[in-house]
Amino acid sequence: MININEVMETNAMIREENLDVRTITMGISLLDCITDDLKTTCDKVYNKITTSAKDLVKVGKELEMEFGIPIVNKRISLTPIAMIGSACCKSSADYVEIAKTLDEAAKTVGVNFIGGYSALVSKGMTQYDEMLIRSIPEALNVTQYVCSSVNVGSTKTGINMDAVKLIGEIVKESAELTADRDCIGPAKFVVFCNAPDDNPFMAGAFHGVTEADRIINVGVSGPGVVKRALEAVRGENFEVLCETIKKTAFKVTRVGQLVAKEASKRLGVPFGIIDLSLAPTPAVGDSVGEILEEIGLEYAGAPGTTAALALLNDQVKKGGVMASSYVGGLSGAFIPVSEDQRMIDAASCGALTLEKLEAMTCVCSVGLDMIAIPGDTKATTISGIIADEMAIGMVNQKTTAVRIIPAVGKKAGEVLNFGGLLGYAPIMKVNEYSCDAFINRGGRIPAPIHSFKN
Amino acid sequence: MKKTVISVVGKDKVGIIFQVCKYLAGNQINILDIAQTIVEDWFNMIMIVNIENSNKDFATIASELKQIGDEINVNITLQQDEIFNMMHRL
Repeated sequence: MININEVMETNAMIREENLDVRTITMGISLLDCITDDLKTTCDKVYNKITTSAKDLVKVGKELEMEFGIPIVNKRISLTPIAMIGSACCKSSADYVEIAKTLDEAAKTVGVNFIGGYSALVSKGMTQYDEMLIRSIPEALNVTQYVCSSVNVGSTKTGINMDAVKLIGEIVKESAELTADRDCIGPAKFVVFCNAPDDNPFMAGAFHGVTEADRIINVGVSGPGVVKRALEAVRGENFEVLCETIKKTAFKVTRVGQLVAKEASKRLGVPFGIIDLSLAPTPAVGDSVGEILEEIGLEYAGAPGTTAALALLNDQVKKGGVMASSYVGGLSGAFIPVSEDQRMIDAASCGALTLEKLEAMTCVCSVGLDMIAIPGDTKATTISGIIADEMAIGMVNQKTTAVRIIPAVGKKAGEVLNFGGLLGYAPIMKVNEYSCDAFINRGGRIPAPIHSFKN
Repeated sequence: MKKTVISVVGKDKVGIIFQVCKYLAGNQINILDIAQTIVEDWFNMIMIVNIENSNKDFATIASELKQIGDEINVNITLQQDEIFNMMHRL
C-alpha cells in the first residue's frame, strides 16, 4: 500500500512545484469533411469537431478533480486545413471562412486553442497550400483560438525555400495586422522542419494524415519538479545529476500516462502518445532557465548552456520513455523565451542571444520559440533565420521550429507583452547583415546525403 | 476495490481526526489505513478509504470534506489512489 511519504511527495510536487499536465489534446481527422462546396465543408467541419470533442473539457475537469492534478489546457488538433479546403476554396478569403468555423467550434466546446490551420509543403506547394499560407495573417487576425503551422522542410525532402521566403513575408504581415494587440498574430504561428504528426502542443499541433480518426495525446510538464529535485544534489557529479533528472522525469511522465489512459477510456478515443516535455510557464518556479541555472550556470546563455541543455533533454527522454507506453510529439525541453521567466531575465541582461538560442536548439526539442525581434526586421532576414533553423532540423534528423514575433514599432531592448500563458518577451537584437540574395534564389535545398537510407 | 486517498494538512490542533472520522462514519466511508506525522507543528495525515458504499459521489465527498477543512482551518483533499501508485510503483 502507498505510504504517507509518497503521498506527501506527490502532493508537494503539485502544490509547491507546479506539477501539472500541460495539455490533453484531441486529434480529429477532418478528411471525411472534404466537399466541393465551402459552406457544406464548414458545416461538416463544425459538426465533426463539436461532436467529437463535446466531452473533452468536461472529462479534463473530472480528471483534475479526481486525481488532484491540474490539467492546464484542453485542446484540439486537426488535419491540415490546406488539404481539407483544397476542393472548395477558390481564394485565401475562402480559407479564412474555414478558420472562422474552427474558432466557432473551439468556442462551442470550450477548448483554449485549436490547431491545424496548417500546410505541409516540405517539398512543394500546391496552389491550395499557397492560398492557405497567404490567408494565415488574416485568419489569425480575425480568430481568437486558431493556431497555425507550416512544415517547410524535412530530412527526407530537404527545405522548400520558396515557402521559407513566403513565410518571412507572412510573419511580418501577421505582426502588422495585429499590431494593436501586441502583435499576437505570429505568436499563434509556427514554422517547422520535420513536424511530428502527433504533437499535442500549440501553436504547432496538427493531426497528421497518418493518424486514426480521433486520438488523445497528452503533454506533460514539470520544470519546477526537476529544479527542486536538483536542489537536493547541488555540487554532486554528472552521474548523480543525470540520475536525478531521469528519476524525476519518470515520475512526472507517469502522471501524464495515467491521465492520458483515463481520458482515452472516458472519451472512448484511442490513446496516442505522451509528449515527454519540460514545458515552462511565466510563473516563478516553472522555468527551464531555472533548471539550467541549478545545473551550474549563472544565466541560461552562459558558456556550457548547450551542454547542460543536451544532458537535460536526454535525461528527460530516458526517464520518460519507460514511464509511458507510447511517446511522441516533440518530447524534450522547451526553451520559449517569453514563456519562461528566467529565460526572459537572461535575454534582458544580455546573457542569452539569438545566436546562442540557435545553438541550443540543436540539442533540445523544438527551436526558436516565442522570440520577439525588432519590428523593422526585413522579411528576408526572418526567412534567413527560419532557413538556418530548418537546416539544423534537416541535417540532425530532428524537429525544429521557429515562432518569431516582429514587434511592430519597437526596437531591441523594449518589451512585447502578450499576457497569460504566452508571457512577455524582451525584444532581441537581430544580425542586420543582409541575406536577400540567398533568400531570393528560389527553389529548394536538396535532402542531405544521410537521408538516403534505403 | 477502488481506493481513495484523503490528505489532511494544516496547523496541528485538537480534534482534526475526530472531525474527519465523524464525517466518514456518517457517510458509510470505510477507512482502510491511516498514517500521520507532525513536522514542526504541521499536521499531515493520509487516510486510505473505500467510498464505494457511500451514497454520495466522489465530487460531493471532495467538496464536503473541503468545507470541513475550511471550518477547522486545515486543507483536506480527496484523490483517486492511482496517481500515487502510478508515480511510485512500477
